[in-house]
Amino acid sequence: MTPTVTPIALASGGRIDAVSLTVFLVLFAAVTVLGFLAARWRRPENALHLDEWGLGGRGFGTVVSWFLLGGDLYTAYTFIAVPALIYGVGAAGFYAVPYTIIAWPLVFLFLPRLWSVARSHGYVTLADFARGRYGSRSLALAVALTGILATMPYIALQLVGIQAVLDTMHLGGSSGPAKDLPLLIAFAVLAAYTYSSGLRAPALIAFVKDTLVYLVVIVAVIYIPIRLGGYGSVFHQAATALAKTSPATGKPRGSLLPGSANAQWSYATLALGSAMALFMYPHSATGVLAAKDRNTVRRNLAILPAYSLMLGLLSLLGFMAIAAGVGKGVTGYNAQLAVPQLFAQMFPSWFAGVAFAAIGIGALVPAAIMSIAAANLFTKNIYREFIRPAATDAEQTQAAKIASLLVKLGALGFVLGIGNQFSINLQLLGGIWILQIFPAVVSGLFSRWFHHWALLAGWAVGMVYGTIAAYRVAAAGKPHSHFGGSAANIPVIGRIGYIGVTAFVLNLAVAVVLTLVLRAAKVPAGADETVPADYTDDLTPTPLPEQAVPEPLVS
Amino acid sequence: MADTAQAAPPPVPPQLPPPLPVVTATRAACAVLLLAPFVALLWVNSYARSTPTLIGVPFFYWYQLLWVILSAFLTGGAYLLLRREQARRGRQRREAGR
Repeated sequence: MTPTVTPIALASGGRIDAVSLTVFLVLFAAVTVLGFLAARWRRPENALHLDEWGLGGRGFGTVVSWFLLGGDLYTAYTFIAVPALIYGVGAAGFYAVPYTIIAWPLVFLFLPRLWSVARSHGYVTLADFARGRYGSRSLALAVALTGILATMPYIALQLVGIQAVLDTMHLGGSSGPAKDLPLLIAFAVLAAYTYSSGLRAPALIAFVKDTLVYLVVIVAVIYIPIRLGGYGSVFHQAATALAKTSPATGKPRGSLLPGSANAQWSYATLALGSAMALFMYPHSATGVLAAKDRNTVRRNLAILPAYSLMLGLLSLLGFMAIAAGVGKGVTGYNAQLAVPQLFAQMFPSWFAGVAFAAIGIGALVPAAIMSIAAANLFTKNIYREFIRPAATDAEQTQAAKIASLLVKLGALGFVLGIGNQFSINLQLLGGIWILQIFPAVVSGLFSRWFHHWALLAGWAVGMVYGTIAAYRVAAAGKPHSHFGGSAANIPVIGRIGYIGVTAFVLNLAVAVVLTLVLRAAKVPAGADETVPADYTDDLTPTPLPEQAVPEPLVS
Repeated sequence: MADTAQAAPPPVPPQLPPPLPVVTATRAACAVLLLAPFVALLWVNSYARSTPTLIGVPFFYWYQLLWVILSAFLTGGAYLLLRREQARRGRQRREAGR
C-alpha cells in the first residue's frame, strides 16, 4: 500500500500558519491566566508557609492528585522524546511502555509507607526522610543534592519539547539570537506563574492540560492511521525505513523488534531502571506527599495505568511520522520535530494549534512541578539545614521561590550545553543520578539494617561511576562526542545495559559490604526518629510530642 | 496468628500496636499479583516477535499494550485485597487496645 497523503515539504520555507498560531496562543494565554488565578484557589490561612506554596496545603484528593501525578509523570517525555526515539531507531524506544507498567506495582509496594511516615513526621522531601530515619545530615544532603541535580536535565527535556513545538510553528529564527527567543519567553511565563502560585498553579492547569492531551491523543491515534492506510501499512513502511543503512553509522537505522541479546538487555534494563527512578525524583515525591490520605495514594496508583496506555499509543506516532514521510531526506533531521510536524501535516490548521498547545502546556506543567520540588529540597534540606537554621516561614518560602528560578536556569544550561540527538537522553541522564538514592530511601522504608555511612559511600561510588560511564558514551555517528547515550557495556555480564542500573548495583554492593564492616567494627548508627507504626498510619495525626521526641521539631 | 494481645502492658507507649504477623496469605497473594508484570515484561525474549499481528500491529507492540490493562487489574486487585485486610487489622487493633 502507498500512503494516501503526499508529504509536504515543511522543513524549508518558514511559513507561519496563522490559524494554528492563533489557536495555540489563545489556549496558552488562557492557561497562563488560570495559573495566576490559582493563587486564589482554596486560599490558605497561612499563605507564607512552605507547605502551602510547595505542597498546595497537602489537601489534594484523588482527582486532583491524579491529575497532578499524571501532570508531572507524563510530559514532553511522552509527546516528544519517546516518539522521537521510536522515529529514530524503532523498537528500542518502546521500552517506555514496560517502564510505566512495572513502575506502578513497584511503587505500590513502598509509596504508601512513604506517605505515612512523611505525614506523621511532617516530611516534605525524601531528604527529610533520610535525615529522620538515619539521623545523618550528610546522607540527607546527598539525597537533596542528587534530587536537585537530576531534576535539571529532566526540566531541560521539557524545554526541548516546547522548543520543538515553537520550531514547528516557525517561531524564532533558525540561527542567531532569535533562535532561542521563544524558548526564553515560554520559560519566563512558566517562571512567573510558578513564582506566585506555587503548586496550586500546575495542579489547576493540569485539568486543562489533560483534557487537551486526551483529546489530541484520541484523535491522533484514530485519525492519523486511517489517513496513512491503517496500522499494517504504518508498520510496514516503518520496517522498510528502519532497515535502510544510515550514512552516519554504516549500520541499519534501527529495527522493529529487539532481536539481539544486547538489544533485549538494554530494553529490559532501561525499563527497570526508569521504573525504579520514577518516584525518586523530587517532583513525583511531591505529587504523592500532597495527597490527602494514604488510600488516595493507593487508589491513584491503581488507576494511573490509563496514562501508560496513552504513552504507548503516543509512542506509535513515531512510526506514523516515518510512514507519513516526515523529515524524509533531510540530513541531520531533528527527530524531536517528528511528532509536531506530523500533526502539522495531518491535522487541519486549527486542530494542529490545539495539539501544539497540548504539547506546550504538557511540558510547562511538569517543568513547574519539577522546579517547585527541587526548590523544596533546597530550602528544607540545604538552606534551613546548613545555611540559615532560624529562617522564618516567609524567608523559607522566599528562598524556595528563588531556588526554583535557579533550577530552571540550570535546566536551560543543560538544553544549550548538551547536544540532544535524542532528548530522551536528558531524562535518562537524570535517571542515572537519581537511581543512586534508591538504596537509602527504599531500604529505609522497610528496615534500618544499612549503615548510613555505607549508604553514603555506595551513593558516591554510584554517582561517580554513572557520570563517568555516561560521559564516555559517544552519540551514534559522532565518535568523539560525550553524553551521547545512556546504555553501555555492563562489566562482568558483558551485555549492553542502562548505566543507571549498573551504577545502582555497584552502589548496593558497596553499601552491603560496608554495612557488614561497619557493623562488625561497631561504628554507631545515627538516631532513628521514626517508629514502625509511622509507616502504616492511615490517620492524619498532627505529630504531638507524646513520648521521647529526640529533638524539638521546628515546623 | 499468634496474637497474644491482652491488655497492653503499662511501659509500652500507647501508640505502639500489638505485633501483627508480617506475612499473611493476603500479602503473599498481593506479592504474586504485583510481581507478575515484572516477570512478563522484563523477559523481553518471550515477546520479541512480530506474529501474530493484531489489526496490523506486530505482536511485540500489542502484547505490551495488553499488559498495561492486565497490570491495572492486578494492581487494582492487590489494592482491594490489602484494603480489606487493613480494615480487619484496624478492628483487631482497636479491640486489642481496649
